[in-house]
Amino acid sequence: MEITLSVLLLFMIFGAIYALFASDLLSALISCGIVGYGLVICFLLLRAPDLAIVQIVVETITLIIMVAVVLDSTRHDLREKVLIREKGNSYINAKYVFNVLTVLVLALFFLFFFNQAIDKLDAFGEHTTRMAKAYIEQGAERTGSANLVTGILFDFRGYDTLGEATILFTAVVGVLTILRLKGHK
Amino acid sequence: MIVFILCFILFLVGLFGLLTSRNIIKIIIGLSFMEFSVYLFLVLIGYIEGGQAPIVVEGIDIQMIVDPLPQAMVLTAIVIGLATKAMLLSTAIRIYKKFRSFDIRKIRSLKG
Amino acid sequence: MQGMSPIVKKVTQLVMGFIFVYGIYVITHGHLTPGGGFAGGAFLSGTFILLVLSFGSNILNLRREEEEASEIEGLAIFTFLLLAVVGFLIGMRVFFGNFLPKGQIGELISAGVIPLYNIAVGVEVGAALLTIFLALVIYKEEISK
Repeated sequence: MEITLSVLLLFMIFGAIYALFASDLLSALISCGIVGYGLVICFLLLRAPDLAIVQIVVETITLIIMVAVVLDSTRHDLREKVLIREKGNSYINAKYVFNVLTVLVLALFFLFFFNQAIDKLDAFGEHTTRMAKAYIEQGAERTGSANLVTGILFDFRGYDTLGEATILFTAVVGVLTILRLKGHK
Repeated sequence: MIVFILCFILFLVGLFGLLTSRNIIKIIIGLSFMEFSVYLFLVLIGYIEGGQAPIVVEGIDIQMIVDPLPQAMVLTAIVIGLATKAMLLSTAIRIYKKFRSFDIRKIRSLKG
Repeated sequence: MQGMSPIVKKVTQLVMGFIFVYGIYVITHGHLTPGGGFAGGAFLSGTFILLVLSFGSNILNLRREEEEASEIEGLAIFTFLLLAVVGFLIGMRVFFGNFLPKGQIGELISAGVIPLYNIAVGVEVGAALLTIFLALVIYKEEISK
């Protein structure tokens, strides 16, 4: 199981690196889809079918929206990059080096905390359920729901779902506010 | 253990894209890679070798169910991720209309 | 936005109803099988996105649809809160309390109020995603004029 997941994750990492260095925005989005749909297969292997169903639909809708945003700008952007190269301005300058150094410092910072956290964790596949023990043992009788994820989502952790619904509503109001053209004229 | 490290590498690739890209769309893509790695990490923690999906049916061994709590948390996080991504994209499309470019250097140069 | 070829339109006509019914199935069986409000709501919004993409933006009055989707989303989140408050007033006096009888595990009508929560969240997620998509389509129509 661990080897299968590692191969899938390597595939996803290569897709991610290609997406960041692609010269065309449309192909960058398609390789972003590699990572998203690879995640669906990982969820299926990890026995999380709820997450797989949600992720496959959400990834498709995200790709549609992103392609709709990018569609009439791709060729324009490509031409721009060529122009910069012709003018003699190198793609790598002082600011870019500074950015890469910032990434390295932040990576070391995260690596420190990752190293601290990984000692406390159980090894992969040998998880002992401490917090969710009561949910697993009594969840089905107390909520009456055969699907434990739904039972947790709407009964034990109802506040989280309420917060999620509020954030979704706020995001929709934000999108409607940003994209409204009238009122500026 | 190697799965956790590969997850962390995916997070770092997203961080690299977030900080060094000059295109707004690529910045959003890098942010979504970071989101994906965190979802995968949370679900990986709750996995039990040879476990079953967290659905109670007749004759299931209650000890061999994978942890349903991270799955419930990630389920809400995925939908929130879509909503925030849509908001970032609508900001990007407004910027494109005003400056005719997704390049952040031009936006910085035109700032008052 | 222009519509697509007659083949795409015919396939959309054939498939759309099944996807919509499947979304309703995923929502209402959320407490028994994998799925639930979040996944089913995304299916419902995907149906309408497919309709707008294949038939073009002239088939519907987009601005009215957007307003209605926004209103439906507000009503759904209000229903969600109302159910939680009713759980607070009746029964165990717990916010998000389960005040209906639980029934037999595995039956369609069981688990108290959880199917009602699923329906409310499903409608909310579907309406929210549809509103975002329609806002983008309307914006692109307006700047292309």
